[in-house]
Amino acid sequence: MSAEKPAGVWRSSLRLWRTRIGIALVLLLVGVAIVGPWVAKFSPSEFAGTPNTRHVPGTWLGTDYLGQDVVSRFLHGGRSILWMASVSTLLGFVFGAAIGLIAAYNRGRLDDVLMRGMDILLAFPQLLLALVALTTIGPEPWLIITIVAFTTMPRIARITRGAAVPVVERDFIGAAEALGESRFRIITKELLPNVTGPLLVEANLRLTYSIATIAGLGFLGFAAEVNAADWGQMVQENRTALTVAPWGTLLPAFAIALLTVGTGLIADGVSRTVAGVDRGRPDA
Amino acid sequence: MAGAPYWGASATAASSTFMGIFKLIVRRVLLGVVTLLVVSFAVFALTNLLGDPVHRMLGRGALPEVVKAKRAELGLDRPFFTRYFEWLKGLMTGDPGNSFSNGSPVMDIVGDRIKNSLFLMFVASMVSIPLSLFIGARAALRRDKTFDRVTSNQMLIFAAMPEFVVGAFLTVLLATNVWHVFPATSRIRPGQPPWSDWKGVILPAITLTLAVTPHVSRTMRAAMIEVLESDYVEMARLKGLPERAVLWRHAFPNAVGPTLQVIALNIAYLAGGVVVVESLFNYRGIGIALRDAIPVANAPIVQFIAMFIATIYVVCNLLADLGAILVTPRLRTRLQ
Amino acid sequence: MSGTMQSRENVALEIRGLRIDVAESGADIVDEVDLTIRRGEVLGLVGESGSGKTTIGLAVLGHARRGVAIHGGTVRIGDRDLNGLDAKELRSVRGKLVSYVPQDPGTALNPALRIGKQILEVLETHGFGANQAEREARVVEVLSEVMLPGVPEFLRRYPHQLSGGQQQRVGLAMAFACRPAVIVLDEPTTGLDVSTQTHVLQTIRDLAARHGVAALYVTHDLAVVATLADQVAVMYAGRVVEQGSTADIFANPAHPYTRYLVAAAPEMDGDRQMVGLVGRAPSPGKRPVGCAFALRCELATEECVAEFPGVTDVGTDRPHQVRCVHAFGVPDRTALRVASTARVVRESEVALSIRHVDAGYSGTNVVHDVSFDIQRGECVALVGESGSGKSTLSRSIGGLHREWTGEIVLDGAPLEKSSRNRPVAQRLSIQYVFQNPYSSLHPRRSVADSIARPLAIAGVDARDAAIEVDRMLERVSLSSAYGSRYPDQLSGGERQRVAIARALVSKPHMLICDEVTSALDVLVQAAIIELLVDLQRDLGLAMLFVTHNLPLVRSIAQRVAVMSDGKIVELGDTAETLQHPREEYTKRLLADTPVIPTFSNN
Repeated sequence: MSAEKPAGVWRSSLRLWRTRIGIALVLLLVGVAIVGPWVAKFSPSEFAGTPNTRHVPGTWLGTDYLGQDVVSRFLHGGRSILWMASVSTLLGFVFGAAIGLIAAYNRGRLDDVLMRGMDILLAFPQLLLALVALTTIGPEPWLIITIVAFTTMPRIARITRGAAVPVVERDFIGAAEALGESRFRIITKELLPNVTGPLLVEANLRLTYSIATIAGLGFLGFAAEVNAADWGQMVQENRTALTVAPWGTLLPAFAIALLTVGTGLIADGVSRTVAGVDRGRPDA
Repeated sequence: MAGAPYWGASATAASSTFMGIFKLIVRRVLLGVVTLLVVSFAVFALTNLLGDPVHRMLGRGALPEVVKAKRAELGLDRPFFTRYFEWLKGLMTGDPGNSFSNGSPVMDIVGDRIKNSLFLMFVASMVSIPLSLFIGARAALRRDKTFDRVTSNQMLIFAAMPEFVVGAFLTVLLATNVWHVFPATSRIRPGQPPWSDWKGVILPAITLTLAVTPHVSRTMRAAMIEVLESDYVEMARLKGLPERAVLWRHAFPNAVGPTLQVIALNIAYLAGGVVVVESLFNYRGIGIALRDAIPVANAPIVQFIAMFIATIYVVCNLLADLGAILVTPRLRTRLQ
Repeated sequence: MSGTMQSRENVALEIRGLRIDVAESGADIVDEVDLTIRRGEVLGLVGESGSGKTTIGLAVLGHARRGVAIHGGTVRIGDRDLNGLDAKELRSVRGKLVSYVPQDPGTALNPALRIGKQILEVLETHGFGANQAEREARVVEVLSEVMLPGVPEFLRRYPHQLSGGQQQRVGLAMAFACRPAVIVLDEPTTGLDVSTQTHVLQTIRDLAARHGVAALYVTHDLAVVATLADQVAVMYAGRVVEQGSTADIFANPAHPYTRYLVAAAPEMDGDRQMVGLVGRAPSPGKRPVGCAFALRCELATEECVAEFPGVTDVGTDRPHQVRCVHAFGVPDRTALRVASTARVVRESEVALSIRHVDAGYSGTNVVHDVSFDIQRGECVALVGESGSGKSTLSRSIGGLHREWTGEIVLDGAPLEKSSRNRPVAQRLSIQYVFQNPYSSLHPRRSVADSIARPLAIAGVDARDAAIEVDRMLERVSLSSAYGSRYPDQLSGGERQRVAIARALVSKPHMLICDEVTSALDVLVQAAIIELLVDLQRDLGLAMLFVTHNLPLVRSIAQRVAVMSDGKIVELGDTAETLQHPREEYTKRLLADTPVIPTFSNN
């Protein structure tokens, strides 16, 4: 009998190929987004040659609808999506998890109030409110982040509460209460470590959808900057020239696809691991 | 038990159930109406308070007199609440105001676009719901076999990618570079029904189907697996029931309840998804109307489309709740 | 085994050489199983959790769960071997020739089907009777056989509209509907209160006898078997180690394991101490070639580990078969029973005083005006059926339940409702051990860290705490090496010891034990009771021992408080109360509690 701490969900999930492939894809795209702007030959809005042309000297994959270098714009276009998606997911995650844990632990009145609030947020057609807000205020990064964080938060809160309620009913929480441990300590030290699995799954899923949403807003013309090199926006701009210069559409589309499939694979790997462990009584 | 089959409905129990359901419907409908009111206020407030549509229309350099005249012309100089209640009243009586850009009634502009969008959503639902129920149930029955593995991985990929990316790939594959089977853009003329250009409906419908199917089929698979592992399904087998009865009488009805909710949520989701997909395929629906209205801050159009989508949302959630209660005896009998 | 020597005429079920494996690894779950049941007879199949008894029960219907495969042997009902049937033939047998009553009827009845339909569909499937009218009449008839009303209102109900006892009766009705030859009952009374259990057992006995059904009754509860079964088979680690008539098994247990089982069973009368045994049975894939019990057996010799012992018949006039090389050398089982030491050293100082306590949930009271004292060094047992309010009361004392009024005084100082509002010293001097050791330990915290936590709250520095933790582990018979382990590496008994160590590390005056053995197997339960008795005596603890298991009380408590509907109906000396109960409720409870009767030692 080894006296090793039971391996965490994250560590165990690394044994699955799907998690590893997911991480590789995400790292690849994050690498492109971070390093891209330094290795790009042209600046994002620099004229490189005849518009919508496949073979332009000095470019790899030709030019886009304004004659800008497709590869350079692709290399510049990942940062905004990635940082906005990460920050908004993180915000939604922190607030959502906190609300879910507090609701699960306190039950009763506070639980009702918090979760009803989350339900109301969920009942709103998110994309529409995003479009309405963005239309009137304009595509400001803080607004995009806030909106996406607000769509993330109630979902995380629900999942967290759902995972935490059975834990709250387990007796070790009662044991901690009998010792008079503070609420804060019970939530952070007793409850939180026992819901990390489902939270990790949901965080990855939410990140996937945040990336998709922000890319989608870019596609609808709400990139944070006008004429920015943004993967979503690039798909929108170049799709009419698909037959003559397909790379302007395909390159950013592939980038978004690989990124979201990557985070999706990680979420799936973790969720398979969670389903495999956490069965409770091993010798029952 | 004089002659009558004693598992038939008895009159008294049925009528008390009916009263219970009626009360429940009334309560849920009221809740939906309240939600819509809150949404309407949020939509109206966002389009009016957070920014000035006139500034966005005329640009920042516009002369103050011109701005003022424009505001008066559009009625924006009147108090906020007066305008809100007027708009709300208009919504309920079927007159959601006039377009800011050319002054024609909103309904004239978006009326047949809504029909087109609903048609698209209908086609996508009719394909995706049976498809995803089939995939989910079959994957659960063939758990960890080839069919399950293949569909699980496919569903994972389609669930992760945004619709416009899926749509772009489909365009490359089926409408332009690889095979040219379907048109890349739809061409429905004003006043024509959406099926007048049925070829143009296919790609947007496939894209939406692919966006929705993974979620429903996954839920169905999970629900079905849970049910198949339940004690009562094992018990049904131990009673010697034929496999058909085990699946259709014991397993399937218990798996549909939880799936119903997800189906409804996904139909509601379609209402949002059409915006993106229509924009990609130039499908003449509310998505295009929205795309045209947003850059010129044509608030009445945006407001109306927002309310239309919100209504679909609320109705779908309502139907999901009711459906789940009706197919779950534990919930249904509580109404008596 | 036994059937071969007697007339085969009345044999209803005959299992020979049954082996069932884990499908993936091929490790045996059960092996070399031979069982015979005659018409109208009940065979009690007894074993701890994980011994393979349910697996055998399902195999009698030709069924193996996911990941499990029937490897070989025969399961013969009448002239058919179920192991040789294809899926279609099996379906025609299940529910008709052999039927199954599940452990938990709450989950085994389909929540979406009316119960009338669920019974009717068995009859329809197997074409019972000539027409639908006959089948519908049979539904009503079989319901009356299990004492349920066959009226339309009842048939139209859904499972969740029935009580647990009614649900189990519906399960019985489904099983008996087609008048099968063999019926498998898998712990059918586990979740039921003793009074309901008594009635359900009575029904099973009557029906089996009246219709000449052979019943395989799977259970871990020796007392139930003793009162119900004609024959008993004892399982250990996937093997039947002993079988014979019920009287022989209980009067002359020949296998050392059976001997321990009988010794570990709590007894209501007699002033004897239960004897436990540490360790656990090896799980599939980890079993030795020889006798699996040898690891825990004081008689074990080299012979035992060489190979699995063959059958020895120790019976005189009827078969009594044992698979132990020392079958004839097993010492008298009564030697295992230690006379209970007189534990009446009662100090006259009150440790805990409960005065006029009412407790409830959101306004509804479930505890009504309860008052009693617990002396220093005394153990009071709080006994009651589920819903009696015993847990609510104990949780109120422990500071886990806050909705109560009245006064609870510990060492002269009144207790606040929430433990958070109690002073640290008071919190630490009243400690709680929970029912389920699988849920009472933080899964991601080491044993040492869990035990050290109360000390950290008391302000003890880490180095002293570590020494104290080691000492405490020794005290509960775990080595200090356990400190670095995590709960999922421990057995249920070991976990409960850790929970006890955590409760005692802060040197409390008052210990509350809330059903602490109900999740454990009988040998482990006895060992935990032994430990608690020792600790209570050595540390002079005041103890409140909450349980629904009346026989257990005799072994641990000086006084017993019987609780019903939120009130203490009787409170008195344990022996006195159990032998001469004054109140009607206590009498009924005692009558309903199955006990192992005294079998003559022939």
